[in-house]
Amino acid sequence: MSQTSSSLMGFVHRRRRGAELFLLVLALAVGIGAYAAVGIGVQEKIPADLFGYGGWLAALVIVAHVVIRVVAPYADPVLLPVVAALNGLGLAVIHRLDLAKEAAGTKHDYAQQQLVWMTLGVILFVATLLVLRDHRNLQRFTYTSGLAAIVLLLLPMLPGIGKSVYGARIWIHLGPFNFQPGEVAKVLLVMTFAGYLVLHRDALALAGRRVVFVDLPRGRDLGPILAMWLVSLGILVFQRDLGSSLLFFGLFLVMLYVATERPGWLVVGALMFAGGATAAYYLFPHVTDRFDIWLHPFDYYNKNGDQAFQPVEAQFGMGWGGLIGRGFGDGDPNRVPFAESDFIVAAIGEELGLTAVIAVVLLYGLIVERALRTALICRDGFGKLLSTGLGSVFALQVFVVVGGVTSLIPLTGLTTPFLSYGGSSLVANWVIVAILLRVSDQARRPAPQLSDDTTAIGDDATQVVKLG
Amino acid sequence: MNKPIRTISIFCLLLFVALMLNATYLQYWKAGKLNDDPQNRRVLVEAYSRERGAILVGNKPVAESVESDDQYKFQRTYPTPLEYAPLTGWFSYYSATGIEQSRNAILSGDDSRLFVTKLVDLLSNDPTQGGNVALTIDPKAQDAAYNGLKALGPNVQGSVVALQPSTGKVLAMVSLPTYDPNKLASHDLGSVQDTFDRLNADPTQPLLNRAIQTRLPPGSTFKILTAAAAIDNGLYKADDPVPGGVTFQLPQTSGPTGEIDNEGRSCGANNARIPFTQALAQSCNTSFAQIAIEVGAEDMAKTAEGFGFNSHYFDDLTPQAESVFPTDASEPEVGQSGIGQFDVAATPLQMAMVTAGIANGGTVMRPYLVDEEQSADLDVIEKTEPQELSQAISSSAASEVTKLMVATVNEGTASPAAMEGFQVAGKTGTAQSGQPDKPPYAWFVSFAPAENPQVAVAVMIQAADIPRGEIAGGTYGGPIAKAVMEAVIK
Repeated sequence: MSQTSSSLMGFVHRRRRGAELFLLVLALAVGIGAYAAVGIGVQEKIPADLFGYGGWLAALVIVAHVVIRVVAPYADPVLLPVVAALNGLGLAVIHRLDLAKEAAGTKHDYAQQQLVWMTLGVILFVATLLVLRDHRNLQRFTYTSGLAAIVLLLLPMLPGIGKSVYGARIWIHLGPFNFQPGEVAKVLLVMTFAGYLVLHRDALALAGRRVVFVDLPRGRDLGPILAMWLVSLGILVFQRDLGSSLLFFGLFLVMLYVATERPGWLVVGALMFAGGATAAYYLFPHVTDRFDIWLHPFDYYNKNGDQAFQPVEAQFGMGWGGLIGRGFGDGDPNRVPFAESDFIVAAIGEELGLTAVIAVVLLYGLIVERALRTALICRDGFGKLLSTGLGSVFALQVFVVVGGVTSLIPLTGLTTPFLSYGGSSLVANWVIVAILLRVSDQARRPAPQLSDDTTAIGDDATQVVKLG
Repeated sequence: MNKPIRTISIFCLLLFVALMLNATYLQYWKAGKLNDDPQNRRVLVEAYSRERGAILVGNKPVAESVESDDQYKFQRTYPTPLEYAPLTGWFSYYSATGIEQSRNAILSGDDSRLFVTKLVDLLSNDPTQGGNVALTIDPKAQDAAYNGLKALGPNVQGSVVALQPSTGKVLAMVSLPTYDPNKLASHDLGSVQDTFDRLNADPTQPLLNRAIQTRLPPGSTFKILTAAAAIDNGLYKADDPVPGGVTFQLPQTSGPTGEIDNEGRSCGANNARIPFTQALAQSCNTSFAQIAIEVGAEDMAKTAEGFGFNSHYFDDLTPQAESVFPTDASEPEVGQSGIGQFDVAATPLQMAMVTAGIANGGTVMRPYLVDEEQSADLDVIEKTEPQELSQAISSSAASEVTKLMVATVNEGTASPAAMEGFQVAGKTGTAQSGQPDKPPYAWFVSFAPAENPQVAVAVMIQAADIPRGEIAGGTYGGPIAKAVMEAVIK
């Protein structure tokens, strides 16, 4: 880490809050413009509540911006505008799908609910920034958050509050609230991994034997990896949730690799993943089905309970959209079941075209890039691992869900961050962004005085000095 | 830790590049294939909701889209449904036929030649508008053919085809019984399915376009082709005597099954020679069986194929049934083929082409139904150029055959087609159906004016409410052909 701080010597990041404000105006133009376009395209008039809606959206992002100005002035200026644009676009598309459902005779107000969830997300975003003045404080909760994550992941298995929805047992119901605990567990797991690995990275990296070209870790250091592997398999087997299983295991591998700098872990992990996936393919019929439908979707279309209906309709819709899309109101995105949640990218592809899909993927790419950039310039190991983990979990999730919708990989159920309808996911992602902003504020802040530094390090774990 | 973070960055970059490449593949390269998938309901609904272009006959639409109040926005309507159904076909939620199907690209507006129009629509946010298709049909000739055939009674099954000999333009094409395409284009999808099931199960096959899809033995009308083959091969001239006879025993046969007679018409004594004009005017089976045998199987087939038998030549409507002339016939079979029996089978369009080919100096033009394709703004995108299909016989042979056919109208069986002020060339036909419970088929072919032909007609009556004994090409087909020719010439 001495290398990191020396490379940053002489360079001071600017706050760039003005740039953030300018980008936020663009992001609001996307969100509010899309909402107006939906009204014009579907109902042939500008929505009557455009000012109320736009005002609310603007108020939310301005509040977020002001809070950043006050409590995290050096935070990355790109993240919030990107997130605001995605959330605004998602709201407009969900509103469009509400109108389509209304035309088909079923009334839903998913868009309004989503706006409420967004409001809650921004409140938690603000709260996170206000409460969490230094991300290193999170390191204290390494094991607490790990335990919480496992409890959350197990909750849907409990009879009474857990519920199986379309084969996956990942929901809990508490009174009127439905909640996907996996989304929150995701954030907690990143914290746990970061806290654990920053302490044990040297033991994991340095002890072990070299077999052929691969540095194998010691047997006892394999423990956490095996544990994570089992948790992933457990999610796969008992909750039938391919997406989360892949997400958690991939996340852990990436963080392990970054912490230890040993590619051997990737090899071991990839082999274990391949083994687990192959076994799952042969052992579990629902995995076999998903895989076969991915390979030959059109053979299954209109047959056998029509499990291929969703992916094939998504392909038809996206092909129908072509390069520039049919335009809001001129497509038929409602043909795809769950277009407002898992398959929202298909709805965007149909009505806004390849152009918008690429734009959305690039926006996600920007979020990941900003997260990893923060990791690079961050001065402490925990912060590095935390933002790498959050960035990677984002990248993996986007890849798994968008890849699944566009049939690049077998379909798994995951939400599309910030776009999909769904409270747990939206709120959790707003918190992720808050944590990322907090880390980047620390990272971009001018280097603190040496005396401050020593006290900060004093709280931290003992550093192991590499020899040779 | 920065080195692995950079590696992870590159890994994430690859993930996102893969997503973008895959989306591009899906929405750009694979889009066409997806849109062509018959299971893709989006394309169906969209096509069904579009303002399609009109199908025009003489600047009047026979199929057009009018605005409707329901979710499909436009209703396809057919102002003269029964008369033009075999040509327009129908455009329904489930399927399309006829011109609606064969020219779907231009009618729906998907045609790449409408690119500029589409671009303008796109920029002005107007929905895509289809282009028009103008047919070659002469509305007066079509009316004459339709009304003439319909006058034979409510249960008539038959067809009339009129061609412009010099170009191959289809001037009239009628098929009865017919159906109402409006009922199949309705937005009431349940009743559409019911109507279709009923029409499809109807034993009289109203959905069949008999003009191009029904192949029947052409009977005596085929004798003009036999005559053309004989003259073209230098065996006879129009004023030469040809073999006649009351009966003719086909070679390699014995007994009544191999014996051909003339049903009492005057064709000379056995082994005598009669004038060629008499042979055709009296439709002498004995003469033409012998002439066909003299020409031989190979040359008969060559001439028949020159006129379009055994080949595919018509794409404006589908499917065109290929007319048949046996290629490997034995001597007795050639004899029977020469009078349009045995395995010879022709569509009304085919017989119209034979007639038009003779009228056009032996040059057979490829028949076509679509004259022009136009953009929605009536700019001509493509005009069909007449195309020569083949030179079936020499022009001198053609004029010799014309002489024989004129004589057939003036002093023979084809007299009902005679017109004042014009020389008409024609030939009747009555073909055995080959089944005892089915009446014979009546045919009539003609063209006029003989010296400068403007129209060639073929009439085919497959069944009608006419007593069996009275079925004859001349009596019933002649007046219809005459009406069509008059409609074109006058």
